[in-house]
Amino acid sequence: MTTFTVNGSAHRHDGDPEMPLLWYLRDLAGLTGTKYGCGAGLCGTCTVLVDGQAARACLLPVGQLGGRAITTIEGLSADGMHPVQVAWRELNVAQCGYCQAGQIMQAAALLAKTPRPSDADIDAAMSGNLCRCGTYPRIRAAILRAAEGAKS
Amino acid sequence: MNAHLANDIANEIANLSLSRRGFLRGLAAGSFVLATGIGPARAQEAKEAKKYAGEAMSGGLRDDPRIFLTIEDDGTVSLLCHRAEMGQGVRTSWAMVVADELEAELARVVVAQAPGDEARYGNQNTDGSRSMRHHFQALRRIGAAARRMLEEEAAARWNVPVAQVRGERHEVVHAASGRRLGFGALARGAAQRPVPAADALVFKTPAQFRYIGRDGIGLVDNLDITTGKAVYGADARIEGMAYAVVARPPVYGGKLKRYDASRAVRVPGVLQVVVIDPTPIPSAFQPLGGVAVIAENTYAAIKGRSLLDIEWDDGPNAGYDSARYRETLEAAAGQPGKVVRNNGDADAAMARAARRVDATYYIPHLAQAPMEPPTATARVTAELCEVWCSVQAPEAIRSDLSKRFKLPLDKVVVHPLLLGGGFGRKSKPDFASEAAILSRAMNGRPVKLMFTREDDLQNGFLHTVSVERLQAGLDAQGRAQAWLHRTVAPTIQSIFMPGAKQEGAFELAMGAVDMPFAIPDVRVENPAAEAHTRLGWFRSVSNIPHAFAVQSFAAELAAAAGRDPRDYLLELLGPDRVIDPASMSDAWLYGEDPKRYAYDTARLRGVIERVAQEAGWGRSLPPGHGLGIAAHRSFVTYAAVVVEVAVGARGKLTIPRVDIALDCGAVINPDRVRAQLEGAVIQGISLATVGEISFKAGRVEQSNFHNYPVTRIGAAPKQIHTHLVTPTGFDAPLGGVGEPGLPPVAPALANAIFAATGKRIRRLPIGDQLA
Repeated sequence: MTTFTVNGSAHRHDGDPEMPLLWYLRDLAGLTGTKYGCGAGLCGTCTVLVDGQAARACLLPVGQLGGRAITTIEGLSADGMHPVQVAWRELNVAQCGYCQAGQIMQAAALLAKTPRPSDADIDAAMSGNLCRCGTYPRIRAAILRAAEGAKS
Repeated sequence: MNAHLANDIANEIANLSLSRRGFLRGLAAGSFVLATGIGPARAQEAKEAKKYAGEAMSGGLRDDPRIFLTIEDDGTVSLLCHRAEMGQGVRTSWAMVVADELEAELARVVVAQAPGDEARYGNQNTDGSRSMRHHFQALRRIGAAARRMLEEEAAARWNVPVAQVRGERHEVVHAASGRRLGFGALARGAAQRPVPAADALVFKTPAQFRYIGRDGIGLVDNLDITTGKAVYGADARIEGMAYAVVARPPVYGGKLKRYDASRAVRVPGVLQVVVIDPTPIPSAFQPLGGVAVIAENTYAAIKGRSLLDIEWDDGPNAGYDSARYRETLEAAAGQPGKVVRNNGDADAAMARAARRVDATYYIPHLAQAPMEPPTATARVTAELCEVWCSVQAPEAIRSDLSKRFKLPLDKVVVHPLLLGGGFGRKSKPDFASEAAILSRAMNGRPVKLMFTREDDLQNGFLHTVSVERLQAGLDAQGRAQAWLHRTVAPTIQSIFMPGAKQEGAFELAMGAVDMPFAIPDVRVENPAAEAHTRLGWFRSVSNIPHAFAVQSFAAELAAAAGRDPRDYLLELLGPDRVIDPASMSDAWLYGEDPKRYAYDTARLRGVIERVAQEAGWGRSLPPGHGLGIAAHRSFVTYAAVVVEVAVGARGKLTIPRVDIALDCGAVINPDRVRAQLEGAVIQGISLATVGEISFKAGRVEQSNFHNYPVTRIGAAPKQIHTHLVTPTGFDAPLGGVGEPGLPPVAPALANAIFAATGKRIRRLPIGDQLA
């Protein structure tokens, strides 16, 4: 049995400890905001925060999460007003939007650690997150916008 | 092949023999009464008149506001969007148009998604950059008719002539008396009024538009997308559902020989292992067959599948090998093929040319790889089949499943959810059929069927592979006098027609036969090519290889002539003229009327000049940098691109800047047009630099994003500048937007690399060719 929290709520998993967090969230907990893209840590679509650090939910066995605090897109803010979420809306970043939960979680982790990121910081932090629609220019702009918003 | 599928394909392929259903609906736009009142002779005459655009599509166009609009007592306007949202912004753009003509406040409009039902909503096949192009005027009619009904209701209540009232910002106003009533208060009465005839509607002038053409309007789905509440096809949660993945034949046309599921069924959570029968090839949009593992969760299903022991009979395509196939295509390109366009005498002109240039280009298979792989959830009982999924063509699912389960069409219900990308992959309903087959096998328990990324790449509907051979004869001044293009590529038609080996009219007219250069002697040939895998539409389709070859070759000719590539491209284009499609043997024009949409070379020149100016063509560049230019018309829209590259030590390629100019006619939602162009630039760079699906022993060699890479943020241009050519008005026919930006990107990139390094790229992807 493994106990941990998701978005502040207590969760308990009695099943296969090897089950990746992604499928626990989506299939068992009904939190479908975290998406599947590759199942191999190659695309970042499933990015969540584990104790505040960005992590790929498709690679994290639930059995290893005892005592951890998981944050998903549903729990990033109570009202959708995290500066990254606001900036994403202001700049109409999304096209299909499917990868954006992962992008937003990764960007939130970046800004928590590096409040005023350079272009190189953004490249480094966001390079694991694929977008097939090609929203990268707006992702970059929105991160910079969020950094300004948080600063002021 | 069932009737709907045939109709759908007919529209894609556009060898339209008009169905009676399409004919009636086409005439009926706005008036069923008229259609029934037609006499036999007139009906015959009308039947013979060719239909184009939305009216030629299966299901036709509908513009009855009662179908698409409801207004609540509190004034909330609900718009039913019957086209698929896959990132092009259709839900937002449609709300803008309807709200504008309705005089509704956009903030008080909610957008709901219509179920699949073409008899009710008209055509729903979201493909071919068609949604706004076909529906703009119909959406205006919907909004204007509903406004008129609200105005009539208010005028009746006030007992004043309707001419004295007008809809204004969610109210109807009687200026003379200062009376006003909100849309909510008028809605019930207005709904009882007859729908005004289309010719009685009064539309806004462009100066009166509040949303149409306005930049920076927020997406209707923004809040849901940024908070994780948006529901994509993969996110459907149906009470009691099980989860499934399928092991499919690794070779197209392969069959299950033997399998052992004894280890798979011991995985905790695995419920059942089900064999899906293969569809004989060519298998159209039907399932490939294989072995499904159904479980209580996705993890158990995937783990169970990994423990299946399967032996396949690979069938006739077991020898498909991309390296050898490339040689086959090149050999075919060295021999004469079926002549698909012929002007003058290209051989004679070539023979007398002062100089001949000859180049062969190779463009590999590509996978659409939407970030959300195909996923569908189905619940199938003896009486009812329901499907929830991300799909570009819901009616194709209904029609397939109705036939498969012998259910009437109204007992097959398709709920389209948001698409996590489509790019052509989700116009094929195979995955919905698989989900339905498995639900039936589970006695009606709902089943969510998911393609893993490996399945998506290895069992997809790939973009074709092609060799394009170009030859030109130049005169002593370097001017092109003769043009010979041999395009060799397996055709998408091969998934429907056994033995199809020639490109269809719809493929040839994507940049091969509709080559616009003012060259006197032109021949385009299409040597045969046999398909060995399952092909399908990929964003921009055959425009990708054709534009890459033609626009790379234009720059090669400029180099041969010692001329500036932009100047030479404009000279090739020649004097401004509207080209008669017949003179290009262009039998297909994206389903559009050739009279309305004939090739206007001035518009291509316009985007070339605009993009060159904006990009600073001719400016001095740092060492190792180069500019390349390319232009292409597709989906009846004109696009031109300038790419700036920097090639560093050991051939390291970076792309600091891309400029793209588009003339798609009037621009309805500028922010989404720009977004589509930004995306097209990046997807174009992705396929040009790293995109390749290859085969060995009949099997796809790539399995996931480590060996089928797509461009990441660091490799994307830091600057993408989009330039929308100023519209001349909103009555001119619209062009497509989703696809036309992509084709010129790869050749502009290759041309920039040539400018920077002198190295000519003739094979995609570029990969390590610069090292």
